[in-house]
Amino acid sequence: MTVLKVDNIVVDFATRRGNARVLDHVNLEVNEGEILGIVGESGCGKSMTALSIMGLVPSPPGNLTSGSIYLEGRDLVGLSKDEMREIRGNEIGMIFQEPMSSLNPVFTVGEQIAESVRLHENASQRAAWERAVEMLRAVGIPEAEVRAKSYPHQLSGGMRQRVMIAIALACNPRVLIADEPTTALDTTVQAQIFDLLEELQKSRGTAIVLITHDMGAVAQLADRVAVMYAGRIVETGTVEQVLTMPRHPYTEGLIACVPHLQPDPPEKREPLLEIPGVVPSLTELGDGCAFAPRCNRALATCTGRQPVLKTEGNGHATACWAVEAELENV
Amino acid sequence: MLLWTVIRRLIYSVILVVAVLVLNFLLIHLAPGDPADVIAGEMGGATEEVLASIRKAYGLDQPLYVQLWVYLKAAAGGDLGQSFFYNAPVIDLILDRVGATLLLVFTALGFAIVVGTTLGVIASRKPTGIVSNLVTVISVIGYSAPIFWTGIMLIIVFASLIPLFPISNMYDVTKSVGPFGYALDVAHHLVLPAFTLGIVYLAQYSRLTRASMLEVLGSDYIRTARAKGVSERKVYGRHALRNAVLPIITIAGLQFGGIVSGAVLVETVFNWPGLGTLAFDSILARDYPTILGILFFSAVIVIVANLITDLLYRVADPRIRMAK
Repeated sequence: MTVLKVDNIVVDFATRRGNARVLDHVNLEVNEGEILGIVGESGCGKSMTALSIMGLVPSPPGNLTSGSIYLEGRDLVGLSKDEMREIRGNEIGMIFQEPMSSLNPVFTVGEQIAESVRLHENASQRAAWERAVEMLRAVGIPEAEVRAKSYPHQLSGGMRQRVMIAIALACNPRVLIADEPTTALDTTVQAQIFDLLEELQKSRGTAIVLITHDMGAVAQLADRVAVMYAGRIVETGTVEQVLTMPRHPYTEGLIACVPHLQPDPPEKREPLLEIPGVVPSLTELGDGCAFAPRCNRALATCTGRQPVLKTEGNGHATACWAVEAELENV
Repeated sequence: MLLWTVIRRLIYSVILVVAVLVLNFLLIHLAPGDPADVIAGEMGGATEEVLASIRKAYGLDQPLYVQLWVYLKAAAGGDLGQSFFYNAPVIDLILDRVGATLLLVFTALGFAIVVGTTLGVIASRKPTGIVSNLVTVISVIGYSAPIFWTGIMLIIVFASLIPLFPISNMYDVTKSVGPFGYALDVAHHLVLPAFTLGIVYLAQYSRLTRASMLEVLGSDYIRTARAKGVSERKVYGRHALRNAVLPIITIAGLQFGGIVSGAVLVETVFNWPGLGTLAFDSILARDYPTILGILFFSAVIVIVANLITDLLYRVADPRIRMAK
């Protein structure tokens, strides 16, 4: 069953150099108990997609121009501020990429979890505190009763991210949005956080939107994945489809960029691949495919018209003229 | 440990107070003029013999370090000497007046902090809006107007144009009936001096709060609070203000000395019977023991205020509370 459906949303930002279309007709679906990965470079619109779902697009200068976001069939776009506040933290939880600065330094972590509970549930102070301790235990923090009375600065980065997860999950939301939850953490801690997310997802059935540029994390955790470029989704499908049979030249490039550990490095090591060129400025997008200037398979049509997502029979969808031409020729 | 911190700070404070006493004593003695002249001047036409006997009587013929030692010893016992001008113990003069000054200073400070931070928070909600600009304008005016000028302007306005508040003294014997009537009358008299003294600091605190709030509002934990579904009112009042108020505490503590010296001007302008008017009169009369005593007392007030600030800061910021 679809829990969250992002339907053709467009987000524009008014900038000094004109209008920047940050999200251009983005479509996403997240099913119950599923992990959807969203990957792409910095500035491709991953985080903005998350903020749009939360109703937290900074406005001004941002503006959700058109489209709908359905949470279990209910359109969130156009809800009043109060209604949206009831949803945030209650039905949709979110964790961020900077655990070091995402917790309020003047409140204990227990207070910060309990606040979330008291905001959305008719719980007494005591009950909320007990839930906070219980949540800390659930996210694997030892001596939860003691730790609940700690201030953020007394915890390590990994612990703080666990606290953030506890806050986000305290009210048992339907959807958890994790915006690059491990970017600021050590590799070993990253693995722990990913394991924790996977475990919580299994035990609670929360659908997770995992925003990341870590292909390894997507491969390990996600069920389906959407690849974004310059505010658009260029390819989407199951993890297996997208990672093992990437269609879009951009996805191919992203996967080729991932460094691999080789047990027996050959005498002549191959240089790490990169995608030539840079992400275009969002105020200067032309009519064609935004990736065309960097694409090694660009056709004449690519600079003239914007490709749309074309779905193959197995659900694997790609927005690319070259891929479309290829598939038609088969 | 909070207790240890307090004890350590108290020890520092005592050392500081002694240093202040010594420094003030030496500074006064560096000033030109002979105290004996002043004392004799009050009596009229003094011969060299009279002056010598005065010096002997007041111990002024002793070497400076002996005078200092005698003064410190007496001060340790709570005796700050005898006023030449008022012919009364300095400590009694000061204790008589210190209450009025503290009342004025704390009212002004409370007014400045409460109204200043409130205006700052309102201004931070729409940093480019009309309200914010208005607060900026008021702040610049309040900050740049000299205290005595503001005071005089208020006196002109409230003496003749709108006789709403009394412009002089601390109470009116004809109106102070009973303890409640007295308190009310003092509060009525307090309005203009406290406003005059407070407006300068109000201006600073509103600017500081606005800047501090804007910085805090852009931080990640405010985004977290919003993502939790916290209402905008609580985002400002609870999550942001608690953090934004930290620099205000620091600045208010640091400025406390400035407020006390500002009180001298305000008291003089409004004839408020506090340490300020006493200091002013003593300086005109070259009443050295009284001046020394007032300097000493204001130093103690400032030191105590800083101690309180430090403790408050610990209460407000857990990061400092936990640090060794």
